[in-house]
Amino acid sequence: MKTQTLLDRQSTVVLSLLTVAAIVVPAMNGLAAPGSALHLSDHLVPLLGKYVCFALLALSVDLIWGFCGILSLGHGAFFALGGYAMGMYLMRQIGPRGVYADPVLPDFMVFLNWKELPWFWHGFEWFPFAALMALIVPGALSFIFGWLAFRSRVTGVYLSIITQAMTFALMLAFFRNDMGFGGNNGLTDFKDILGFPLQSASTRIVLFVLSVVALACGYLLCRWVVNSKFGKVLVAVRDAESRTRFLGYRVEHYKLAVFTLSAMLAGIAGALYVPQVGIINPGEFAPANSIEVVIWVAVGGRGTLAGAILGALLVNAGKTWFTGVLPEFWLFALGGLFVFVTLFMPHGIFGAARDLGKQVSRRLASRRPPESLSQAAE
Amino acid sequence: MAAPITPALLYLDNVTVSFDGFRALNALSLAIDHTEMRAIIGPNGAGKTTMMDVITGKTRPNEGTALFNGSHDLTYLDEAAIAELGIGRKFQTPTVFEMHSVEDNLLLALKQKRSPLATLLSRRTAQERERIDALLERVRLTHQRHRRAGELSHGQKQWLEIGMLLAQQPKLLLIDEPAAGMTDQETADTADLLRDIAKTQAVVVVEHDMTFVRDLGVKVTCLHEGSVLAEGSLDAVSANERVIEVYLGR
Repeated sequence: MKTQTLLDRQSTVVLSLLTVAAIVVPAMNGLAAPGSALHLSDHLVPLLGKYVCFALLALSVDLIWGFCGILSLGHGAFFALGGYAMGMYLMRQIGPRGVYADPVLPDFMVFLNWKELPWFWHGFEWFPFAALMALIVPGALSFIFGWLAFRSRVTGVYLSIITQAMTFALMLAFFRNDMGFGGNNGLTDFKDILGFPLQSASTRIVLFVLSVVALACGYLLCRWVVNSKFGKVLVAVRDAESRTRFLGYRVEHYKLAVFTLSAMLAGIAGALYVPQVGIINPGEFAPANSIEVVIWVAVGGRGTLAGAILGALLVNAGKTWFTGVLPEFWLFALGGLFVFVTLFMPHGIFGAARDLGKQVSRRLASRRPPESLSQAAE
Repeated sequence: MAAPITPALLYLDNVTVSFDGFRALNALSLAIDHTEMRAIIGPNGAGKTTMMDVITGKTRPNEGTALFNGSHDLTYLDEAAIAELGIGRKFQTPTVFEMHSVEDNLLLALKQKRSPLATLLSRRTAQERERIDALLERVRLTHQRHRRAGELSHGQKQWLEIGMLLAQQPKLLLIDEPAAGMTDQETADTADLLRDIAKTQAVVVVEHDMTFVRDLGVKVTCLHEGSVLAEGSLDAVSANERVIEVYLGR
């Protein structure tokens, strides 16, 4: 089938580019001599790693929005929860090296005069447990949230609004010191991960490569899901929900399954993000963050997976550059970009490129003898 | 399973649906036999679509009984469960999955396990392919199989949707205005197709087009203000004084 080969080509391109990134970035950082044009300085590696984590987050949003029509404006919450799970592990790794040198309690707890570790902090000193929690906590929250919302058939803009409310509520909760997650300041001052110092160049390179690997696996997983019959049902739900119901599909089960999967992907992205940026605080729950993710996906091209990755990388690179040159205008630029894309590139950069490609091949086809025309037009 | 209460395939008794005091269905009673084709006519607002909504689980009646196959109480089931029981529905405006190919539309409709896990792990079998081939042949879309459903003409979409209904292998097909927007030839072909389907399955057709209803040549039920006004052959119904009053009085 024609579309099948097209998609496979897309996967090949995405995976090749990610492989190249996983080789070139470490090489430019480690092998090229400092000062040479090819050298990538140490502080850029975690920055690129951060973009890759954002790309995974964008991918998770595209899976539900692009393929199932669920516009989540609260996906930053799942990302942040995954980040907090990792942050708690990193906090426990600090041990007696903290400012107050308490062997068990993180600094902020000593500061708040707490005498013992809250129950929910137990187990996080163990990496596999923390890693599992980075998956389970976002997964469980999205499952409960989705179960309530989809069962009551909350859809469209109403669903988007309650996802915003969810992330906003979590932000307010995490701001409180009593929650036990460091309040306003969040979790920071991390020292090492699995015994490797976080500040060292080699750890950062490994984290970058792991993020790229996670993105590639996430991409393949999403591709597999959307290419399966399950994925066809998702698109059916997106385009004609009640028709799908009358065919005998339990739409709410499908939405719940894909929403939970997506939240877990976001959680992984958050868990990889935190060791690279060195901090997690309640600001990550800010509603604006989640909206920004949706803009990345829209800019790149909704419902294409590769477009989400592209959008996240481009917009974030643009943000880094813009906030360096004209920091006060960044939000205007972002808003303008969103309006421009919505009006002139409804399928995003990826869709625009695809349409252009089609036009070119049609032009070429019109020069050929007529019998090949019908094939090319298809 | 309890012993059947009624021999009819579909049995509606005293079904009432009110929306904010407006009675969309008013003590409606109706029975459809296995392999019967029935045409439902009636002016706008007579309750035809609401009746379909009740049968397919979209709307819960305030009162009354709706039984399928003598023992399944439709008023307690949701859309998916009712579809599984064997009731297929075609909407008034053709509703197909526009972004999917014609073939995939049928694939999604094929009688198969509907759970998320089953669809995630499903692979297309030779048997499914044969079923799809046969269905494409029957609704005359063999040459369009790889086209996007959104690119089909209106009439082709109507037929694709009927094909999707057949793919579900339902015991009862509810078909809302199949001839709307079709050419005369297409309308005649659709009547042929429906007659053919009715040899093995029960069909309920809601239609405004009287030529089409005459073409079907089946028992007619005329609804008015949510209840049955007259029932019988088209000639008998259209000779009924109250039916004439309802249709011409407006």
